[in-house]
Amino acid sequence: MDDQPAVLASSALAVGSRRRPERLPGEARRIGYLYIAPAFILYAAFNLVPLVQGINISFYNWDGITAGTWVGLGNYTEFFTDPTIRTGYVHVVILMFFYSFMPIVIGLFLAAVLSRIRIRGLTFFRLLLFLPLVITDVVTAVAWNWVYDVDGPLSTVLRTVGLGHFVPSAGWLGDFNTALPAVGVFGMWGQFGFCLILFLAGVMKIPASLYEAARVDGANAVREFFAVTIPGLRYELQVVLVLTVIGTLGTFDEIYVMTGGGPGTATSVPAYTVWRRMFQTGQVGSAAALGIVLMLIVFAVTYGLNRIMERGAER
Amino acid sequence: MDASSPTAVRVRIVLALVVAAIVSAACTPGGSATQATAPPAPATTGVPDTGPITLTIWDQESGQVGKIWDQLNAEFEDTYPNVTIDRKNRDFGELKTLLTLAISGPNAPDVVEANQGWPDMGHLVKAGLLLPLDNYAQAYGWNDRVSKNVLAVSSWSPDGKQFGTGNLFGYTTMGEIVGVYYNKQKLEDLGLTVPTTFAEFEQALDVAKQAGEVPIQFGNNDAFPGIHEFAVIQDQMSPVSDLTDFIFGLQGSELSFDTPDNLQAATTLQDWTNKGYFTPGFGGGGYDSAVANFAKGEGLFMITGNWIVENLGADNSDYGFMVMPPIEAGAPPVSTGGAGYPLSIAASSGHPDAAAAYIDWMTSDHASELLLPTGQIPLHTGAATFTVQPGTVLADVVDAASDVSKANGVVPYEDWATPTFYDTMTAAIQELMGNRISPQEFVANIEQDYADFQSSRT
Repeated sequence: MDDQPAVLASSALAVGSRRRPERLPGEARRIGYLYIAPAFILYAAFNLVPLVQGINISFYNWDGITAGTWVGLGNYTEFFTDPTIRTGYVHVVILMFFYSFMPIVIGLFLAAVLSRIRIRGLTFFRLLLFLPLVITDVVTAVAWNWVYDVDGPLSTVLRTVGLGHFVPSAGWLGDFNTALPAVGVFGMWGQFGFCLILFLAGVMKIPASLYEAARVDGANAVREFFAVTIPGLRYELQVVLVLTVIGTLGTFDEIYVMTGGGPGTATSVPAYTVWRRMFQTGQVGSAAALGIVLMLIVFAVTYGLNRIMERGAER
Repeated sequence: MDASSPTAVRVRIVLALVVAAIVSAACTPGGSATQATAPPAPATTGVPDTGPITLTIWDQESGQVGKIWDQLNAEFEDTYPNVTIDRKNRDFGELKTLLTLAISGPNAPDVVEANQGWPDMGHLVKAGLLLPLDNYAQAYGWNDRVSKNVLAVSSWSPDGKQFGTGNLFGYTTMGEIVGVYYNKQKLEDLGLTVPTTFAEFEQALDVAKQAGEVPIQFGNNDAFPGIHEFAVIQDQMSPVSDLTDFIFGLQGSELSFDTPDNLQAATTLQDWTNKGYFTPGFGGGGYDSAVANFAKGEGLFMITGNWIVENLGADNSDYGFMVMPPIEAGAPPVSTGGAGYPLSIAASSGHPDAAAAYIDWMTSDHASELLLPTGQIPLHTGAATFTVQPGTVLADVVDAASDVSKANGVVPYEDWATPTFYDTMTAAIQELMGNRISPQEFVANIEQDYADFQSSRT
């Protein structure tokens, strides 16, 4: 694993900062700031400034137009007292199973299969599996609304094979028990192509000699998968895990299009609650606080995942 | 970890951001709210001829009503050649999301349709973004054109803290009523007559159910129709004055949603659901398809508002309309409804006099006459002069609205009661009708929202 460029780069930095000589060749020069200025100014204007404004607003009870009143951390304590916010996070955790765990499992399995067998037109299949990710969520969500309809294709197929009693009478998105998993399956369908593409690229990078060595040692396909493929895909796994988990925490499009958080609050998620409070019910301060908390959770989760993965690598 | 290691640099950046945030926290978001000052009464009514004027209008009217608006706008431009109308049509959700931003911005529209109640109009009045219309009402005689309750739901104290009293901030002469449509042929086939009491209505539901008919055509995927199903039951179980006081909230937290009356209404609604009185799978059914199915002849009853007259056809005589029958025979009719969407003038409008003339035009007898066939009910006190074909569904709707109005039985929409009431009620009704919560939990959940809002006002 030591030949990974990421590891090299970070050890170089560590060496550079141990002592402070005059200036080593290649060390940052002040003119560097000029080069990053255009990007930084844009980033500051559209990300940092709104972030600071958002933090500011989050300390107020503000309806969006009239003068706000200072409430200190009042909007943040709401995070612990308001049960609708809590259920939103519970829903996100359930969605992670569909948006992160399942796509990784399916992606790994398909990558292992596709890398072992040589089929004609592999690029075509890869394109097909990747397609859901290229089309905008909003468009596919509308199509899935129809799939999940009480008279939609899913229900029709189930009825045809005699499983009609499993079809919820209110349709898959209208039933309290099936709405969230239905949204989850939609997300899973969109995500696994992304995982697969990364894993396929990763598998190709694993030296064939490792597989040969495993076979010489008498490993079967399953053994080979766990001993060679998965360790070889560690970096891809890390990327996929972090991206899909962050993506799940920010789930909004499909909820907006498919359920509106309903029925009841069965599919409400934090990002949707932020939007509703911001634009529909005039609770801008509360929305800002929820947004900040969501951001902090995303930071914490990303940091935590990276630490876990890196510790795994050291072993 | 060295002071200049990348992590330390990052830590310092984050610290700097936090400090910046704390420093900036000293500045309060939002401008200081200045109450809008009422424009002086115009010297003459009508548009002053002081050069070309462009009036920007934001409304949410669609379909047939939208076409009639275009016609009325064109006629207004013909009457006042110096006026150009720039109509910006938004759908209901879009208007709700964008209106606040638009009206507080530099290029605000002149005339807007703002929904009554705390979530929309209350919000704008508090920020001083709408003009008090009292002087115009005086000049044009608007107050005499409609009854007091129509004006009350668009009235606010100048600081926007009291609802249902004070100055007039919006005006309309078109009304709405929520009630029960029935399929005449189906009633006859089932051997029923039009129910005159609540018990008879429940009896009819049972007969329809036994006969394999859908008793009440309903689709609640869009969440808002549930409010109307609950409201017509609640209207019969709770006194009108209690409901109105609760919605206006003039007594603050003295009033509660957690009452025996509301509990009984919630219990009844859940009971109807469990007896299968609503379309099977209503949770996934859309409102538009429910209306279409009812118009196709599916379902004995449908509980909704006057606006579907347009879908059924104004001269349709196969359907009838009534308000939900009272519990005691012969009791005065009560139903949710009242004023439709009012027109308001933005405080930043450069042409308030012309805007007032426009509102007067859109609320004239002529406008009402054109809009009547779409099911929009004229609230003009002299509305009897409009001719409606007797025996049609439109005639039933107009009669019902007039009876309710004469009996002072109009209950405003309950979702006006707090800024978040629409969300709270729609979610709670879906949960109640899905048997996720008990009627006790239902009234407690909604009361929580009301109590929170009332305590935040003081």
